[in-house]
This record gives sequence, C-alpha cells and structure tokens, in this order.
Amino acid sequence: MSPVRPPEAAPAAAVHHGFSWRRLLALCRKESYQIVRDPSSILVAFIMPVVLLFVMGYAVNLDAAAVRIGLVVDDSGRPAQDFARSLMASPAFEVHPGVSLEALKARLALGQLRGIVVLQSDFSTRWQQGQGGSAIQVLTDGAEPNTANFVSAYAQGVWMQWQQDSAADAGAPRQSPVDLRQRAWFNPSTVSRNYLVPGSIAVVMTIIGALLTSLVVAREWERGTMEALLATPVTRAELLLSKVLPYYLLGMAAMLMCLVVAVWVMGVPFRGSVGLLMGESTLFLGCALGLGLFLSTVFRNQFNAAQAALTAAFLPALMLSGVVYEIASMPQALQWLTRLIPARYFANALQTLFQAGNVGALLWPDAFFLALLTCFWLGLTALKARRTLD
Amino acid sequence: MLQRLLRLIIKELQALLGTRQGRYMLVMPVLLQTLLFPFAATLEVRNASLLIYNQDGGQASQELVQRLARTAAFTQLLQVHSEGELAHAIDQQQALVAVRFGADFSRRLQARQAAPLQVLIDGRRSNSGQIAANYVAEVVSDYLAEQGAPPASTLSVRNLYNPNLDFKWHVLPCLVAIITTIGCLMVTALSVAREREEGTFEQLLVSPLTPAYIMAGKAIPGMVVAMGQGSLIALVAHFGYGVPFTGQVLQLLAGMLCYGLALAGVGLFISSISNTQQQAFLGVFAFMVPATILSGYVAPIENMPTFFQWLAVLNPLSYFIPILKGVFLKHYLWSDMFPRLWPMLLIATFTLTTALRMFRRHIA
Repeated sequence: MSPVRPPEAAPAAAVHHGFSWRRLLALCRKESYQIVRDPSSILVAFIMPVVLLFVMGYAVNLDAAAVRIGLVVDDSGRPAQDFARSLMASPAFEVHPGVSLEALKARLALGQLRGIVVLQSDFSTRWQQGQGGSAIQVLTDGAEPNTANFVSAYAQGVWMQWQQDSAADAGAPRQSPVDLRQRAWFNPSTVSRNYLVPGSIAVVMTIIGALLTSLVVAREWERGTMEALLATPVTRAELLLSKVLPYYLLGMAAMLMCLVVAVWVMGVPFRGSVGLLMGESTLFLGCALGLGLFLSTVFRNQFNAAQAALTAAFLPALMLSGVVYEIASMPQALQWLTRLIPARYFANALQTLFQAGNVGALLWPDAFFLALLTCFWLGLTALKARRTLD
Repeated sequence: MLQRLLRLIIKELQALLGTRQGRYMLVMPVLLQTLLFPFAATLEVRNASLLIYNQDGGQASQELVQRLARTAAFTQLLQVHSEGELAHAIDQQQALVAVRFGADFSRRLQARQAAPLQVLIDGRRSNSGQIAANYVAEVVSDYLAEQGAPPASTLSVRNLYNPNLDFKWHVLPCLVAIITTIGCLMVTALSVAREREEGTFEQLLVSPLTPAYIMAGKAIPGMVVAMGQGSLIALVAHFGYGVPFTGQVLQLLAGMLCYGLALAGVGLFISSISNTQQQAFLGVFAFMVPATILSGYVAPIENMPTFFQWLAVLNPLSYFIPILKGVFLKHYLWSDMFPRLWPMLLIATFTLTTALRMFRRHIA
C-alpha cells in the first residue's frame, strides 16, 4: 500500500494530481494481493462455480422422472386388473399398490407419494358403458403443483393409451386419428441440463461479480483504510478502476473455467463463438461489478452491503432472470422489472450461444442493454463516490 | 451467569437493530422478496407466442388454429409460410412452440387416417415448451371429442391441499424457509467474524463468559431474527396472499425453533473457521445456495440422482420445507412433525458441538 501522506504535507509539485497509470497499477497490485491471499475468494471464484454447475445440471431435473404414486383397485373385474397392470408398466410411474385409501392418503401427506389412483368398484361396469374414466379417481399432492400436473397428465396419457390398445384388441379403429409428434428444437432429447447450465453460469457470474465487490469498499471504510487512501493523491477514477480491474480478471478466469466444465465435463453443447461469449461476459461483469461497488460505496458496512447484494443481485438473478421461471408468464409489471436485471440479458445470451449459436438478432440487443446497465451502475458509483469522498 | 448471557444477547441485538440502516436491512429485503417472488415463481405457461405453419389450409386445421388462439397460454399467434421462416422464427425466439399441420391434414382427418401434426418446442426452454405442448395436445383432443370421435372419457382428478394448483401456495411456505435461512446464517456467521476483525472477540474471551455462553449469546440473536422474519412472511402469506393455514401456530413456531437451532449451528461452525467477514459471508453462501437448490423447492428431491438424495438427508432445509407445507396446507399433526423435527435437532447438536470444539481450540 502507498504510504499515508496528508495532502498538506505533500509538496504540490512532486505529486501527480491527474490520472496516473503508475498509481493505478500499484493499487491494482494491492487489490490483487488481497484477492490471492484470501482463500475464500479463490473458493468463490473457482470451486463454487463448479459445485453450482453440477448441482444445477444434475440435481435440478424439471422433466419429472418416475413419480411415486399409490394405487387402490376396488374392482376385481378383468378390465380393472388389466388397467392396473398398464399403470405399473408405465415408465412414468413408480406404483405402490395399497389396500386402503386412508393409509395411502397418510403417505401422500408425508410426501412419500405424489399421487394416488383409485379404480372404483364400478370401474368394469362403467367401462362397458364407455364411461370408464369417471370411475377412476386421481388424487395429487397439490402442495407440489408442478409434480401434481405431471401426475394427472401422465395418468391421462396411460388411460388414453390403454383405451386405444383395448379398442385395437377388439378390432375397433384408432380412437385418436391425429398423429401428434413432438420435437424439441436445439435440444432434441429435452435435457433440462442443456438450458439450466448456461443459465446457472449467469447466476455464478453474478455471485463473483456483485457479491465479492460488495464487500471491498465497505471493508476499507470499516477498517479505516479508506481514510488513509483518501489522504493520498489517488483520484476517484484510479480508486474505482483499481477495484474493478482485478475482479474483472478474476471473473473472466472463472468464466473460462465454467465454459470448460460445462462443455468438456458435463457435455453441454456450445454452438457459438468464444469471442462473442467473452464480449458478452465483459459487459455483464461491468454491470455486476458496478452494482456491487455501488452497494459497497453506499452502505460502508460489510454486513449490510452483503445483505443488499444478496437481495439486489443474487436472488433476482435466480428468480427473475428467466433461468428457472419463464418471464413471459409473469405479471406485466414484473416483466418490466426484469428488464433492469443484467442477469436476464446475460442468461439469454448464454443460452443462445450454447444452444443456438451466433444469432445476431438476439445477441446484439442483449449486448446493448448490458452496456447500458454497465454505464448506469458504474456511473452511479462514480457519482456516489464523489459525494462520499468530498 | 444467565444474566450475563442476557446482557450478551441484548448487546448483539443492539448491534443488529441499533442503527436505522441495520433495522431497514433486516425488514425491507424480506418484504420486497415476499412481494415480488410469489408472482415470479410459477412454472405455469401464460402469454406465450405460438407459431403456426399451416401447409393444409383445410377446415379442420383452421378450426384448431382458432381454438389454440383462444387459450390463455398463447396470446400471440404468428403465421409462417415456409420451412425456412419456421426455423428462423424459432432461432430468434419469436415463439416458444410451433405447430405444423401437414399438407393433407384435414383431408386425412376426414378420412379417419392418421393425420400428421407436428409440435416443435424451443429446446432452450424445454420445460415451458413441454408444458405448452401439453396445452396443444389438450386442445386437439377436445376438438376431436367434439367431432364425434368416440368420446374419450376423462379421469376425475382432484388436487388435494391445493385444489387449483396455485403456485403461490407452494412458493410462500418455501419462501419462509429460504428467507429465514439467509437472515439467521448471516447474523450468526458474520457476528463472530466481525468481532474477530475488530479485535473485540479477544475482549469477549477474557470476560467471565465461557465459550459455550459466548456461543449461545451469538446463536440466540440469530434465532430471534430467523423467527421474526419467518413469522413476518408467514403472516403475509396467510393474510396477504390467502394461503390457508391448517395447522397450529405452535407447530409453526416449534418447526422454526428447531430449524433455527440447526441453522445457528451451521452459522457458528462457518464463523469458527473464518477469520474475516468476507470469509464468513462466502462460507454462508457456499452452504446456502446448494442447500436451497437441493431442498426440493426447485425440483423434487426424489427426481435427483442418488448422490444428491444422500446430501439432502444432511440438509436441514429438506426437513423444514415439508414441515412448513404440512402446517400451511396439509393439516399436519404433531405426530407427522416429529419424524422431521428430530433430524433437525440432530443436525443442530452435531454442528453446535463441532463449532464449540473449534472455538475452544481457537482459545487454547
């Protein structure tokens, strides 16, 4: 660190009052030492991204696998037994047969089952009348709405298929003449990992950019070293740049590592160009670092700055960026709010670059808004810093 | 001795609540999150755009297009006229789902032959895409049912605990857990680290308080914050959002207390291994984010690979969220809660004793 020198003690001629590259370099070096010496920043920049990518890529499976359901068959007729067998054979369900509905309901309440299918005693008779469906009751665990939707949709699917199969056995024509084929563009086997991993990179980069920097200025204030720095001829631009540049390099290194892990370890396809990826990442890091520095400058207290960074950067990146929840499904006011969140543009750019390739019409607007937000946050920080420094 | 403990707790609470900024930071983020996130966190599909490539133009396909346009899921319909336009539009994310009617769709349907209908979804958003594709399938089967195809009888589905499958009823109980996690961990983990950074921790150590009392003095304010924030969200959930509350308030408090203990243990453990606030904060983060994602809030635990299911056993959040859902929605009795309460107490015992041992070593 440069020696503390009260301004009046400094001979005016010897001190370079304008912007000085040498001072910037010295400050950057000081900041870099602080990063490298603290094992926690290395943990956050290189270990946590890998952990998070694996957790998001492998543990979050939105395409429900076999759902555990209970089954009660109150009808001893042949059609009922036959339908029960096709339920058990379905890969969508892991069927736990039970005798009493009450016992199964208790397991549903405990979350051990996500649904119950009941074949009522009049199933076979109603089936003869073409009304079999009304004698099948499906109970779902509404406390898990997404899974509940899957349970009723899958049960309906098994039921349709079974009706068609029995009709075909009886020599009747196909019931549903429409041959509906579903195909997923870019992601033919609909692996949710392929879009969750690029999205999570945006979340990871938010952590590195905004959370780490939210602490750095507040720390200087708390420890009193900010006063010492202010007493030197350091300019505002030098001070801000010395906080931005080292963390920018750290962020870019983490970004490269995320790319390597995603593509070579997790096998997520990457169809865009690395140059564009680095460009978008630079712009995004600008926003994230700017936001973190802004909070740090305003709060001057590490605890509050960290809380604020969690609220203003991390949680919105997870909830409002479109990574997990579709933005178009949100209320209009909230959709407008998401436009202020840098992770939204970055997640979109990453998903495009990974899965679709260099689609200029999507990437340029993303880059434009990221650049705008970068100017906004860095500008606001500079403004606020001037006021607090004077 | 108890009086000294009380003094320590009061001092901690003053450090937290003594300044306006501090009070503000404990309440405002919580309210903001409770106001915004329930509206954002939905996996339903609404207001999506649908792309139509109709190579057929017959009566049946036009009728289907009109029916699709009337659903709440699709508010915008785009027509394209060639394969190239279709690919371009999906590339540009102009639509989530595209429906393509084959050239002789209507004619084949008339003749009761297999009529080709292709549904293309944007794989960049395959979850929403699949949900939207299900809506398309529903519209088609409704149409067929009305066209005199043998009536496909539907199942009678009843959603227990949440009849309309309202996502807010799922999100708000989870938010109680997630937000108290943030509050409690931050307070317990950072307070010791702050004293270390400022050098006041040594002063505490030379006071007549034993390490166990110092730890209690740090754990209890964290639990107070957690229970305060948790109760605030629970109140907003019930009275603001109308989420039913079927259990007893005492059950909710008992759940929060056990969870708070487990969390305080984790927080103190983190603080016992960190020297600076930054390290403590990043430690909190390294625990909290995976714990939240693996808690079953985003995706059910039973869908995870076995390794992650094992991790979930160690995660206090994966016990607390079912308790919250049970007390809010599922009429939980005390007997339903115990199997979830004691694992949290076990986690608390383990983390608290480990943290205590680390503190003692630090002093020695």
